[in-house]
Amino acid sequence: MALDHSFVSGGGNFPQTRWSVVAAARSDDSTERAHALDVLFAAYWKPVYKYIRLKFSKVPDEAQDLTQGFFVELLERDLLSRFDARKSRLRTYVRLCVDSFVLNEIKHASRQKRGGDAIHLALDFPAAEGELNAQTIDPASIPSPDKFEDFFEKEWIRSLFSSAVEELRQSCEILGKQAAFVLFDIYDLSGDETLSYSQLAESHGLSVGDVTNQLAWARREFRRFAKERLRAICATDEEFARECKTLFGGNA
Amino acid sequence: MTGFLNDKAVERLRSVGALPEFSGTRYVLMDFLARGGMGTVYAAQDKTLNRRVAIKVLDSSDHCNALEERLLREARVLAQLEHPGIVPVHDAGTLADGRVFYVMKFVEGSRVDQFLNNVSSLFERLRLFLRICETVSFAHSRGILHRDLKPSNVMVGAFGEVLVMDWGLAKILQPDSAGRFEETLGSSEPLCTGVTGDSETQITSATEDGVILGTPGFMSPEQAQGKSSSLDARTDIFSLGKLLEAILKQAKSTTAVRVPRALRAICQKAAAESLSGRYASVSELAEDISRYLDGMPVSAYRENLWERAQRFYTRYQAAILLITAYLLMRAIVVFFGRH
Repeated sequence: MALDHSFVSGGGNFPQTRWSVVAAARSDDSTERAHALDVLFAAYWKPVYKYIRLKFSKVPDEAQDLTQGFFVELLERDLLSRFDARKSRLRTYVRLCVDSFVLNEIKHASRQKRGGDAIHLALDFPAAEGELNAQTIDPASIPSPDKFEDFFEKEWIRSLFSSAVEELRQSCEILGKQAAFVLFDIYDLSGDETLSYSQLAESHGLSVGDVTNQLAWARREFRRFAKERLRAICATDEEFARECKTLFGGNA
Repeated sequence: MTGFLNDKAVERLRSVGALPEFSGTRYVLMDFLARGGMGTVYAAQDKTLNRRVAIKVLDSSDHCNALEERLLREARVLAQLEHPGIVPVHDAGTLADGRVFYVMKFVEGSRVDQFLNNVSSLFERLRLFLRICETVSFAHSRGILHRDLKPSNVMVGAFGEVLVMDWGLAKILQPDSAGRFEETLGSSEPLCTGVTGDSETQITSATEDGVILGTPGFMSPEQAQGKSSSLDARTDIFSLGKLLEAILKQAKSTTAVRVPRALRAICQKAAAESLSGRYASVSELAEDISRYLDGMPVSAYRENLWERAQRFYTRYQAAILLITAYLLMRAIVVFFGRH
């Protein structure tokens, strides 16, 4: 099973607004079930890997193995079917499952290096490790023990946004709107707060109106992709509304 | 493949995601302005009229239709109040993302408390307060209570215009046969609770009578008790008293001047605990302030003889000095004439 951003949700095939991994994971249709798990893995594997690396102080090899092990357990023990949207958010449930799984593995010390016939998920661990190194280059950015819940949430948001940005990039290529993505990349992703619309217009030979319109379009599309992905990994409309608030603050 | 999103980019995307969707309207989003009661205010460009406007957009995160109704009601209230002290509303509607909005004039200026940091004259401050009173008095004459008067809801424009903002908690009254205002049916409190507007305004737990609406430190005791049905103009007068207190306190801190007793008495009367102890109308309060500015006795304070003499001297200082100088000169002339 290969997993990275490039194949998630079948590229440009976005989940329906009300489509949810939780419901789909319980479906009798194996294709539907597989698709649900793809979406779930795409949203969670990096946060889970980074969380295990930092919270349980695992070296990369161990953390990779535990991440693989966790998702295999999620599949084999059908953990999603036990999720109750009335009791918690899916994000919280996944994090608690990770805690439980890793602690259990440590307690029994019976973890075997997974191999042979075991299901192997093709996760891009070097990329995740590279991100983690970039993030923790400053010791102050390493979360304290009581902040791991926040860290997991932050990584979950980063993962979701990364997927939505990638989806936007692909969409811009398909629609021939690469210029809009370039503007979005420079203005919204580069983090240069001193940049103005007029500077952007001048450097790209556009009018300020064009920059405004193209940026507005790219942002709208980004928002749509992010919300569609979010809706897919929420079990109910209420959970979606709550998570929207987490993602975008009180204004979403 | 998109690169790694650093923390700054993630934060930026979070704010981008929260932006309202203006497609299909004549407005182009320009900038974030402020968080207000119930919603966020953005600067936008009106493409049709080619002018800058301010747009208040409801936070859609609450699944409570009453909030939508509230924002539209605020727009309607503002539309009814055509006054130089109230921001005019141009348009209202629903955005493509389902959020309710209304468009108003873009006001360049600053909050009154920030503006007053550069105003040391007590008289100027009082004149500014009088203009707030004029606006509130006008709203009362149209049967509308503001219910959230405080420094952050008053703006001073670039040309010195004083504007009373954020009418989100306004209550609409109708005159009864005796000319007093009663609450209009269907215009009372929100249907859901636990909603907060800006960081200061509170809409909290339900009581037997209604919900508690207002800002601690500025809301009247009857508001704090949730007695929404017994509110009248005196509720806003209480808040105006507190607002005046804040304005004078600020003057005191910047100029180290002692607040005159007459003004303190006006504050106390306006913000009296009991309804009957307060001014009956905003114009009564404004009249007292005007009398103080004119060096006349105020209704809220009974002066002793010394204070009356002092006030008399202050009021007629120039004339008194002139007459004294004249008399002195005459005395000197008479004295030297005899010798």
